[in-house]
This record gives sequence, C-alpha cells and structure tokens, in this order.
Amino acid sequence: MAPETRGILPLADLQRLLDTLHIRGYRIAGPTVRDGAVMWETISQISDLPIGWRDHQEPGRYRLEQTGSAEIFGVVHGPQSLKPFAFAPREPLLQIKRAQGGFSAHPELPEPEKVAVIGARACDLAGLAIQDQIFLNSSYQDPYYAVRREELFVIAVNCTRALPTCFCASMDTGPRAKNGFDLALTEIDNQLVLEAGSEAGSDLLSALSLPLASHNVIGEAAARVEACARSQVRRLDHTRLPQALYDAYEHPRWDDVAARCLACANCTMVCPTCFCHTVEETPDLTGQQTEHARLWDSCFTQEHGYIHGKNVRPTIKDRYRMWITHKLASWIDQFGTSGCVGCGRCITWCPVGIDLTEELPALLASDGRQSAKSTSGNT
Amino acid sequence: MGVFKFASCDGCQLSILNLEDDLLALGQALDIAYFPEASSRMEAGPYDIALVEGSITTAEDAHRIRSVREQAIVLMTIGACATAGGIQALRNWADVESFKQVVYPSPQYIQSLSTSTPISGHVRVDFELWGCPIDKGQLLRIITDLLAGVRPRLSADSVCIECKRRGNVCVMVAKGIPCLGPVTRTGCGAICPSMGRDCYGCFGPTEGARTGPGMPPNTASLAHQFHQGLQLIPIEVVRRFRGINGDTESFKRESESWEKKM
Ligand code: SF4
Ligand code: SF4
Ligand code: SF4
Ligand code: SF4
Repeated sequence: MAPETRGILPLADLQRLLDTLHIRGYRIAGPTVRDGAVMWETISQISDLPIGWRDHQEPGRYRLEQTGSAEIFGVVHGPQSLKPFAFAPREPLLQIKRAQGGFSAHPELPEPEKVAVIGARACDLAGLAIQDQIFLNSSYQDPYYAVRREELFVIAVNCTRALPTCFCASMDTGPRAKNGFDLALTEIDNQLVLEAGSEAGSDLLSALSLPLASHNVIGEAAARVEACARSQVRRLDHTRLPQALYDAYEHPRWDDVAARCLACANCTMVCPTCFCHTVEETPDLTGQQTEHARLWDSCFTQEHGYIHGKNVRPTIKDRYRMWITHKLASWIDQFGTSGCVGCGRCITWCPVGIDLTEELPALLASDGRQSAKSTSGNT
Repeated sequence: MGVFKFASCDGCQLSILNLEDDLLALGQALDIAYFPEASSRMEAGPYDIALVEGSITTAEDAHRIRSVREQAIVLMTIGACATAGGIQALRNWADVESFKQVVYPSPQYIQSLSTSTPISGHVRVDFELWGCPIDKGQLLRIITDLLAGVRPRLSADSVCIECKRRGNVCVMVAKGIPCLGPVTRTGCGAICPSMGRDCYGCFGPTEGARTGPGMPPNTASLAHQFHQGLQLIPIEVVRRFRGINGDTESFKRESESWEKKM
C-alpha cells in the first residue's frame, strides 16, 4: 500500500475514530479487561480499552499486568480470536413446527448488525480468512455465517511485542497485518499509524482527514514489527508436512501426550481456525415445535468420533492425534493451507499446558523403530 | 409419574418445583401421581416414570427402592446422591459408628448403614441425571424425550466446552484456581466458572459409563497439574476429587492414589 494512504493519529485522538464509527452505525467491539484476561466487549470510550495492561502467556498460564504506561494495545490477545464474531458459539438455525400432515421449518437468520472490531492481530486475520474459506468460499455457503461476516469491519493492530507463545512468523501469517483488514494500526510511542486495507477503510481514513505519516514514522513502525518477528522464540517447522505426520501415525510420542491430555477441548475452542460444530434439538414438551441450533463442537468429544454404531476415536490418544494431524497435515490436503496460524492460544489455554510446537518435532523425530505405516507411507 | 426421596437434601425435587411455567405444562402432559414434597395427594403405583432422589443409607431404604423399581416402567435417578452416592458417601471412607457417638445423645436409636450407595448399586436404573442439584432444563428435556418415545441422550462432554462457548475466562489458566471442569460432564451450563469460581465436579466425571484405559476422564493428568502447576499439596488434591461425586469410580481412584502420597 502506498504511503499516501497512511495517516497518523495521536493516541489521545483515537476517540475520534471511535466516534466516527459510531456515527456510521457500528457497534464497536474492543479488547477490555474482564476476569483477568482481555475479552471482546462493546466499547465506546478509549478508557474502555486495556490502557497500560500487558499480558504474560506461557503454556497453561495467562496473567495480566498493569505497567502504568499510556500504551493502549499492549495486550496481545485473550482467549477469543475473531471466530465468535462470524461463527457464533450457538446459532439457532431453524424453528421447526408440526403442521397438518407433516412439519414446516423456518430458517432463523441472525439480525444483520454492523460491528467494528478493533484490536485484531495478524494471526486473527489469518484465522478469519480460513473460516471464510470454509463457510463462504466452498460449494456450500453458510447463510448464517454470511450475515454475521457481511457487516464486520476489522481494525487490525500490528504487533510490536511477541508473546513467548507466538509463532506466527514461522507460519508466515504475522506479525504484520498484510491483508484481510479494513484498517490497520501500529502503535508507536504516543501515536498510531493508520493504514487502510479496503475501500471501506480508505473511506473512513479520509473522513478522519489525518495528517500523513512521515517516511520516518512509517519506517520506524515497520522496523518495530520486524523486530517483533525476530524476537519470537517459538517456531513450527512445517517443511516436511503433511507427509511426515502421516508417517508418524504409530509414533510412541502419541502415548506420552495422551497421558497428559484431558480431552477437555479448550484448545479447539480457542483456536481461530477450528470450525467443527454439532447440531442440537430443543423440542418443547408438547412435541409441537423444536429449535434446531448449531453449537461449537470439537474432535475431542466422544460424539465427534461416533459413526454408525461405533466410536472410531474412543481414546484420548485417538483424539489428540486426530486434532494435530488434521490441523497440521490433512488441512493442507483439504484446504491448501495449514490449519494453524501460529497464535499460540491452544498452548496458553490448555489447562495442562500442552504445546504443539513441542509435540510436533517430538512426533517427527525418529523413534528408533520402523513402523509398518511409515514404511508403506514412503512407497 | 412418581417422585421418590431417599437420603438427600430435597434440592433436586425443588428443581422440579422451580420449573415454574413449565411445571404447569408438565402437569398437563403427564399425571404427577406421587410427589409428597409437592402435594398430599399420593396415588399408588404402578408408575410410568419414577424419579428417584437420594442415596441408600439405611437397610429400610435398601428394601424400599426395590418396591419402587417393581412399580416403575422407567426409573430415573435425579442428582448426585441417587446417581453416585452424593456428599454423604464421604462416610464410605470414615467410621460411621464414631460419628453417631459424637452427634447423637442416644446413638442406639440411629439405624444407618456404614455406606451411602447409589441407586444403581441396588436396582436397575434406566436413566441418570447428574448434578447437585440437577439442571431443570435437562430434566425437562429427558421427560420431553420420554413422552415423545425417544431414547433420552445427554451430552457427556467436559464442562470446559460449554465454559468456552459462554465466553468465560478460564479460572484455572488466568487465576491458577484448580478447576474440575476438564474432567466433569457438561449439563449445568458452566455455572461456577461463569461466576469466577472453579467447578467442583457436581455433574460427575465426563463420559460417565464409557470409561476404560486411555479414555476420559484423565483425572491423573489434572491432579498432577493441581499438584505440580498449582502447588496443591496431596491432601488438597484428595479433597478436590473427594467431593459431591467422590465415590464415582474415576474420582475415587484418583483421591485414593493421592491419599497414599499424604
Ligand atoms: S493450533 Fe493453536 S497456535 Fe495454531 S492457530 Fe490454533 S490455537 Fe493458534
Ligand atoms: S491438548 Fe490441552 S486443551 Fe486440548 S484437549 Fe488436551 S488438555 Fe485440553
Ligand atoms: S474455568 Fe474450568 S471449566 Fe472453564 S475452561 Fe477453565 S478449566 Fe474448563
Ligand atoms: S460448574 Fe461444576 S460444580 Fe458448578 S454447577 Fe457445574 S458441574 Fe456443578
């Protein structure tokens, strides 16, 4: 994007951006401190944002710290990605009523709502792009997702600080927001460099009529994002995927990780790309009507592996192997990309701190014995 | 429908009364023929559905539950006491005689078994509703299914799934509070973490009947995390697992293994 499309906004003037969004009819969702983490909530003031807070994340542990600084976007992220905005955790799909000689079904589409999300990170954008691919760009377009996605205005924040759990640089998804946003901000010292990434974003940027950012400031912003990429301590080497993981089907490491894994599904719930869902019926007592709704599901549940009278993934080992193999290997065959965008959420929010960047190399390391599967897999 | 009480606090029966508007609909959909907690009209069996609250703690009750079973087509336990022995199953690790001596002036009149056992330890049970107390939505659902002639099916996933769907912040990861949610079956709507506290397992172990080597609940890993990661000492780990559903197989095995480390 040409530098002309970048404006500069003093931090204190961020309110102008929020007000402009309000005037344009958007509900603004921003990061706010709630119950010891940042969560998306409806905001209207700069003071609703997590000013001065920073997050510390490590496997199985998340803590916030107030640093006393004026920094607005110091918290990298909380457990929620952009996923709940378009793929609702519980979505009523149909109202089904008994009728003469049969039944009638009425789709219940969500009310269209203009929502502007402020504070999405590059990994979140990459996650949303994957969800779009699944729900919109396949032969079956999901109308419920489409309604929610349609009016989503995404304001990204470029990362200038990486968490120890981040590995977006190695997944080539961040820390710089490259596309999939309407507006992107880079916070440097007491100002924000703004960049438009869409027609709607340019429009908003010109409405704000900001002074143009100087080459120096733009250069500095880019340098800080670059430094953030270099500072990442975790990485995921996916060069041998997908095949190497298929070959590791019988690796003894699966037993080790299964002994730790709780099959609690937290990793899949927080993952910005996981899209599994189930449907449930809520009939009324009279048997005259029922609500048919969609719920977030996970490959860690018993039902997920249940097929015509048999559970094909009864053990925790089967389920963890399913998750990682789909996420990191068969996703590539299925969608042409990795199912992991390197956000690190599954590492932090796993109650026992299981770390896929540690599991993958262990699974791909030679286990000193030739398994039947890997021999046949190589022919 | 008949509602029968054994050793319990009546909280699950109150959940039926708490159905409010739905209670009227329930009364229209079926005949509530025996429910002493709610009405003095008590009709004799047989019953299509018997809801049983409470555990078996006396010889008399061990006898009475057989007669309830004989009179019922479908017998469904409601709550942790009836389904798993309840909090009073803590006596299974203690000396009931000594309690009697301490509590009652005339202990010789107290006729109590040395154990508290679930209904399924005495008669065949068709369906089990977990929770302390039960979730009234689950109760209504299971009755709706029975009325429709459909086999009731309740999810046995972890509390964590519902906790995340509700948009809660995990108390274990963000606050270091030892939460039993990962090994506890869903059904309550993750009430406790929604209030910023830990789940204490009142809906029993995940995947209830379907346990076996390598299958959930992985209590050992969670207990290890409580001890190593959250610095609980072994007696605290024992107490986490030995609660309302402490006498269920997986929770019992876990608490007993940590008792040895005390
Ligand atoms: S697998 Fe983990 S690190 Fe990768 S995108 Fe999902 S939550 Fe993030
Ligand atoms: S990897 Fe962690 S978060 Fe995922 S199911 Fe296992 S214990 Fe739960
Ligand atoms: S608070 Fe408890 S129930 Fe909720 S996700 Fe964390 S461990 Fe699971
Ligand atoms: S969160 Fe746990 S303890 Fe609380 S009501 Fe639910 S199952 Fe019971």
